[in-house]
Amino acid sequence: MRTTLAAAAAALLLVASVWALDGDIGMHDPSTIVRDGSRYYVYATGAGLPVSVSDDGWTWKRAGSVMASMPGGMPGSAVVARGGNNTWAPDVMKVGDKYFLYYSAPGTQPRSAIGLLVGKTLDPLSPDYGWTDAGPVVWSDGVEDSNAIDPGIFHDPTNGSLWLTYGSYFGYIRLVELDPQSGLRRDPHRTPINVAINAEASIVIFREGWYYLLLTHGSCCAGTNSTYSIRMGRARKVGGPYLDRSGVDMLQGGGSLFLGSSGRSVGPGHFGLLDLGDGVQKFSCHFEADLDRGGTSVLDIRPLLWRDGWPVAGDNVAAGTYRLESVRTGTALELAVEGVPVGGPRAGGRRGGGPGRGGASSGRGDATPPSPIAAQDAAQMAANWPAGPLDARLAPYLLQAQQKWSLTPVANAGGYPGSPYFRISVAGTDRSLAATGDGEIAVTPTFTGAPEQLWRIDQLADGSYRLMPKAVPGRSASMALSAIGGSSPTLEPFDAGTDRHRWLLRMP
Amino acid sequence: MMRRALVAAIVVGAALRVTFAAQGVPVTPTIVSPKTATRPAGANGFLQRWLILEPIAVSGQLADSAVRATVSHQYFADQFTAVPKDGDAVTVDGQPLRWHAVDTTNYNVNLFHFAAGLKKPTSNVLFWAVTLVRVPHDIVDARLAIGSNAASVWWLNGREAVSLFNDRQTVIDDGVSKRVTLKKGVNVVRAAIVNAGGATDFCARLLDANARPITGITIDLASTP
Repeated sequence: MRTTLAAAAAALLLVASVWALDGDIGMHDPSTIVRDGSRYYVYATGAGLPVSVSDDGWTWKRAGSVMASMPGGMPGSAVVARGGNNTWAPDVMKVGDKYFLYYSAPGTQPRSAIGLLVGKTLDPLSPDYGWTDAGPVVWSDGVEDSNAIDPGIFHDPTNGSLWLTYGSYFGYIRLVELDPQSGLRRDPHRTPINVAINAEASIVIFREGWYYLLLTHGSCCAGTNSTYSIRMGRARKVGGPYLDRSGVDMLQGGGSLFLGSSGRSVGPGHFGLLDLGDGVQKFSCHFEADLDRGGTSVLDIRPLLWRDGWPVAGDNVAAGTYRLESVRTGTALELAVEGVPVGGPRAGGRRGGGPGRGGASSGRGDATPPSPIAAQDAAQMAANWPAGPLDARLAPYLLQAQQKWSLTPVANAGGYPGSPYFRISVAGTDRSLAATGDGEIAVTPTFTGAPEQLWRIDQLADGSYRLMPKAVPGRSASMALSAIGGSSPTLEPFDAGTDRHRWLLRMP
Repeated sequence: MMRRALVAAIVVGAALRVTFAAQGVPVTPTIVSPKTATRPAGANGFLQRWLILEPIAVSGQLADSAVRATVSHQYFADQFTAVPKDGDAVTVDGQPLRWHAVDTTNYNVNLFHFAAGLKKPTSNVLFWAVTLVRVPHDIVDARLAIGSNAASVWWLNGREAVSLFNDRQTVIDDGVSKRVTLKKGVNVVRAAIVNAGGATDFCARLLDANARPITGITIDLASTP
């Protein structure tokens, strides 16, 4: 975090410096992130299944291990008998009033088992905390075309049925139906459905009539040489067939790329859906190697977008200078000061030619090409702006200084799933966007770090953004930046159904 | 674009000159004299009855500071507080100007029609407009939402609520005020619209706390705030 903040402060960046989460995020094979009460929880591979917890989804810390509450600190004997006593790659989901935690218990692969633990809460400090061993759910005997590790749980919203996918390279990714009451197999004698091959870390999600199988191809555990990538296919039925974007069946090795290595992060795997409601979806994964953390394996959370019926991996907001454009109006947020045309006011008179008019010639009748017009920035203009708090407003974007905003992550101010809070300031100045006590917005002359000056910026499913102050003075409910008028911004409770609350972050 | 607007203005202006009514507001394509004592807000909440002062000649500069200077200049007594009646007159630079009660047949009030129908200039002018909105009960977190061609400044019950600057076309809900409370009874909406050249008009309505148009309110120009 410190490194990335330093980089962000180094310049008004136009480059996409995206950083991983803050805190103790070193982990491998993370589960789906689940919120219980006011906290987020994630479980991962390791001795006793390590638990990590976060109050805000940005800063994480270790919170012991699952098996610490189990007799002997290890999987139950029936699970060990079918597989082994390792504890890898769990997944967790709340079904009804119970949490089902499935975990891998491999012996010598592909002999392995997936065990089930049942609990009432994820909070280790709760008096109701504790896990009950429900035994093995599925297993592989070491010879068959399956390696029963890497569970992924899916609760079908269309009918309430519960499903488990599992498998890792030795043969197939398999699907079995579970009993939502017990978490065990609904029909243990039914043959598992093969849905993919030569992959691991599978999980199913659903959207608008399609079942999507997300899984991981490539090799893990080789640091910066890990070839892990997250792949996808979709089907009209939960049992498949799952075809990738090219129509290749995932049972025959298909799988379109969802997320590969990029930036400072190598080898993503173990997709998990984090649905925050209000149309805001994110996904979790781990990267095999984070170059900013010495190539260690880390948890990450990124926006989940949808395009043409397929999931798309978004990027968390990068520090830089942007124009903030309303999806509804097409106008851009600006400090409410009298703008000056770039290049200075034009001379009156005829069309074409002249400074700022973009004429095809110099207007002097010779062949001299027009001179470039320098960009306008706050250093040129800010001395003429009134002091003190000013309004913000919307206007056609004209490349003017008061229309360019610097987005800068704020250290030690907390965050939200995937990102720290941001400061939004007129580029090159300390003038910062802030919520006001009457539920409106203003531009304060300085940045103090107050909650009303800290902004949460979530990318939405269509790629646009929601901007929300961390707090609105005197109000308990959260509010989002709204283009309520073509020239007028305000704050309103977020409504995913209106373009008023959607913004584009564009290069200035 | 501006040149096309001017051509259109000349054509419409010629048509208007032959359609004057004998009394009251000239007959124009969209501006008529009120025929009823009161008028409810339209289905989409637009305020379609106004008192409008004949245009005042100004520079027509539209930048923020120029509009502020134009609007803040004292043209006639009590210009920020007066609630005129149809036919009232004020004197500006020695010239009498009359207030006209008008209805618009559209969602917007076409000031070009208004001025051209009176054989008054339409370019480099300032229009003052006032309307009185009767509200059946207090409405909190309401907003005044306007659009104007060109720049404009608006007041609600004596407090500035919205301002728009620069050359612009009328867009519904372009300028939207911060949250205000409409008080039970009569609320005064006042506007100053500055036009440089070409077409000129405005539209206005009130929005509720969910940004939906407020209906069920009545314009009553004979009422007393």
